[in-house]
Amino acid sequence: MRDSTALFAAALTTDRGMGVARSVPAPDGVFADPGAFGQSSAGDWFALLKPRVMSLVVFTGLVGLLLAPGSLNPVLALAAILAIAVGAGAAGAINMWYDRDIDALMRRTAQRPVPAGRIAPEAALGFGVTLSVASVVLMGLATNAVAAFVLALSIAFYVFVYTMWLKRRTPQNIVIGGAAGAFPPVIGWAAVTGSVDLLPVLMFALIFAWTPPHFWSLSLFAHADYARAGVPMLPVVAGARETRRQVMLYTLVLVPLSLLPWALGRAGAIYGASAAVLGGFFLFSAWRVLRDAQDERGVSRTGDAPAKAAFRFSILYLFLIFAALVADRLGGWAG
Amino acid sequence: MSGRMPGADEQAAALAARRRRGRNWALLAVLIGLSVLFYAMTLVKLGHRG
Repeated sequence: MRDSTALFAAALTTDRGMGVARSVPAPDGVFADPGAFGQSSAGDWFALLKPRVMSLVVFTGLVGLLLAPGSLNPVLALAAILAIAVGAGAAGAINMWYDRDIDALMRRTAQRPVPAGRIAPEAALGFGVTLSVASVVLMGLATNAVAAFVLALSIAFYVFVYTMWLKRRTPQNIVIGGAAGAFPPVIGWAAVTGSVDLLPVLMFALIFAWTPPHFWSLSLFAHADYARAGVPMLPVVAGARETRRQVMLYTLVLVPLSLLPWALGRAGAIYGASAAVLGGFFLFSAWRVLRDAQDERGVSRTGDAPAKAAFRFSILYLFLIFAALVADRLGGWAG
Repeated sequence: MSGRMPGADEQAAALAARRRRGRNWALLAVLIGLSVLFYAMTLVKLGHRG
């Protein structure tokens, strides 16, 4: 259990960078920091939404929407995509509120608006909660209750299951927590059909299996950050050598899984060929991670160059394999 | 006692004002965008019922 009083005190004593803000606890215990709010720009509030994560979420959600049988009025489709984007961003904002203590300890995240002191923690929480509710309401009004429910479920999963429960407790955090990022194609599909079918479930499984090699590649070269913050990522708990082995194992699960839409007749040859080629590249990058030159403790002698390459490729992979699904449909296979 | 450069307070105030203006314009854009979106959604929904 985290000591919220200590966290609050830490938030109040955080170096606020520009040296002009003065944090004072309000009499009723609510964080009061007029200086911090004065320092925030519109860009800081946008950064709370984790725009880079949001772009992948929006893309996979859009693919789910495009592949679903039937049609959705463009205005309602736009509203559905906006709801997915805002819902994902809102979950990110709540994550930044909850993780502000460990974000401040990690070089990669120390300049985020909350740990850097440009946005007060409670303001970030209020922003995230408001946008979460708004996104679910918007989805319900624009499309249907099923899509709104799955969107609410994905936000709740990311906030309560991943951020608050798993992230600080187990190295399996991103394996189970990866489900949160796998929901968007299901939401997009449900927005059109009002139901869930095999193909969106396969897309869910694809993102779910993709998440461990993606995040563990990142954690291989960012493990010092995670260790400093006490986050039990796999390299911190089990070492780099075991992490490289796990990256390979999950890639071996991912590649056959990515071929299932074609094998089960839910996608055509364009997708099948693309998935095979992309899977081959993914396996090659995971193999390079596994065979990275390392000392007896498993520490990379190459500055984790293969892990950095695998991390970058994993992002490209997800974009391309989902684009292949759309190209396959546009290619006329589905009829 | 502050060891700040002369004019630093004015610069900080000007920066804060600029950021506040930026936030206000962004909020205005969001509100206008949402108004247009809900108006269009209403038209679509009413059109389906008609």
